[in-house]
Amino acid sequence: MKQLMSFVRKEFYHIFRDKTTMMILLGIPVIQMILFGFALTTEVKNTRIVVLAPTYDEASERIISRLNNSAYFDVADRINSDDEIETVFRNGTARLVVVFEERFGEKLRHEGKAHVQLIADATDPNAATTFSFYASNIINDYQQDLMGATSNPYRITPEVKMLYNPQMIGAYNFVPGVLGMIIILICAMMTSIAIVREKEKGTMEILLVSPMKPIYSILSKITPYFVLSCINFASIILLSVFVLKVPVTGSFATLTFISLLYIFVSLALGLLISTFASTQLAAMLMSGMGLMMPVLLLSGMIFPVESMPYWLQLISNIIPARWYIEAVKAIMIQGLGFMAVWKEIAILTAMAFVLVAVSLKNFKVRLE
Amino acid sequence: MQQVKPESKSDSVIVAENLTKKFGSFTAVDRISFDVKRGEIFGFLGANGAGKTTAMRMLSGLSIPTSGRGVVAGFDIGTETEMVKKNIGYMSQKFSLYDDLKVWENIELFGGIYGLKKTEIETKTDELMRALNFESERNKLVGELPLGFKQKLAFSVSIFHNPQVVFLDEPTGGVDPITRRQFWELIYDATSRGITVFVTTHYMDEAEYCDRVSIMVDGKIEALDTPAILKRQFNADSMDGVFQQLARKATRGDI
Repeated sequence: MKQLMSFVRKEFYHIFRDKTTMMILLGIPVIQMILFGFALTTEVKNTRIVVLAPTYDEASERIISRLNNSAYFDVADRINSDDEIETVFRNGTARLVVVFEERFGEKLRHEGKAHVQLIADATDPNAATTFSFYASNIINDYQQDLMGATSNPYRITPEVKMLYNPQMIGAYNFVPGVLGMIIILICAMMTSIAIVREKEKGTMEILLVSPMKPIYSILSKITPYFVLSCINFASIILLSVFVLKVPVTGSFATLTFISLLYIFVSLALGLLISTFASTQLAAMLMSGMGLMMPVLLLSGMIFPVESMPYWLQLISNIIPARWYIEAVKAIMIQGLGFMAVWKEIAILTAMAFVLVAVSLKNFKVRLE
Repeated sequence: MQQVKPESKSDSVIVAENLTKKFGSFTAVDRISFDVKRGEIFGFLGANGAGKTTAMRMLSGLSIPTSGRGVVAGFDIGTETEMVKKNIGYMSQKFSLYDDLKVWENIELFGGIYGLKKTEIETKTDELMRALNFESERNKLVGELPLGFKQKLAFSVSIFHNPQVVFLDEPTGGVDPITRRQFWELIYDATSRGITVFVTTHYMDEAEYCDRVSIMVDGKIEALDTPAILKRQFNADSMDGVFQQLARKATRGDI
């Protein structure tokens, strides 16, 4: 135990003395969160819309002028047939097309209900949700006003249709995604580099020749990075809740639990990398290139796993970040609890065991 | 060509019997046998690739012998590795201290790894700093010290836990003869405290300082005796002459 303590202290010295690296490790998550956060936060002011109103009547004109007078929308054009909708989006004339059904005003007056369709360009899903939501609200306001004026129950049903990304996957994904990416990169890269550095400098030999058990030297290497990652986890969550206003709607305890588990998996991954790499550069390439790309592209952080080709989906199964991000989405965004993510927890636990077992086996107790 | 048979094992701190290490079909160390007496300075010489480092790694428990037997500090190197490790010190050619730790922190770390008590570490650190005249450097980072200082410190750290044997793998590479001389004074001082020194070196003047010297060529020990006897036997006026005659026979280069 005393051995372990003096060794853990040494690892903290290494980190504290290297101020640049420490600042990078703690600063990157903050910067990344802010960049991702504000890059993806969409300004919906003066979004251009195009109107398709086959029948000229009072009700539709009122709605159109309300839309136009709001701060959010500008009516850029009017079209006369469905065929032109496609062209509007292709040319970028507008990001939202408001389609009134035929005899809109007449139906509303006689039947008490009428339909209006909002077709959004959802290439940028965040923006699309926001402005369709605003447009629906404006239409609802008009309906409320109508109901207030007379006793007749009027109902205008706005029907929202997203083009190009109908499932709206990608919205608010960046918090879980950044969390998943930062943790795995910092843990895996830093641990593997720290261990390989000792190999390169020859100090590993001295540790191996000492009576210190290899498992101790591994544990103490991992400890400081575990602490650093917990700080990063805290700063990301704080930023996300207070700056980006993405709240943790589900169980915070479950979120913390699965994050600690994920941190451990990532550290074990770094350990495994360190048993293969013999230089710091190799370790950096293996963990940087080898992890960054799969995590960015296959974890569901940017591209939804569901829309990948089948064989890529299979590969994505072995990426820990995929399961973690999925669980964090369920907890943070959908507001679910432990029972909803037990599968992800089980998978990450299994991964942790396999990684530790393989790397311990690989860890060269004897320098052959 | 002679191979010394270990006779009185009781007083031997290192015993090697037909120690062999093979990597695939390549025999790095080929049936070497020798013994080292307590308090002796044993020089382990050989050209690059002769198998010195491999032999030393087997003796220090870093590598398991393919065949043969070895006993270090009374413990079998194949089966009692943990006990061997507790009773030896080791200093590698890339001296083995942490540059970003202070002098006293390095000492404290290695003292802790070898299970020394905190108070013991403190008093011994004070003694060591005085003996090395290092008191003003105590709070400096090791990375800021000159090479000669680092090597002296690394050696002192490797014997800090009072091992029975210390293995030194080319400890004086890259420093001037005066610093080397000072380093050797530390080695003599260690032997006077009963520590056995097993040292590999490239410098033939250092070979002269050893009590006995073995010369490895292509994985085998080709000569083993005191420097005086070896010089007479090979009709050379320096250890360099002895080494040249033997090393010329080598067929392998660097591994």
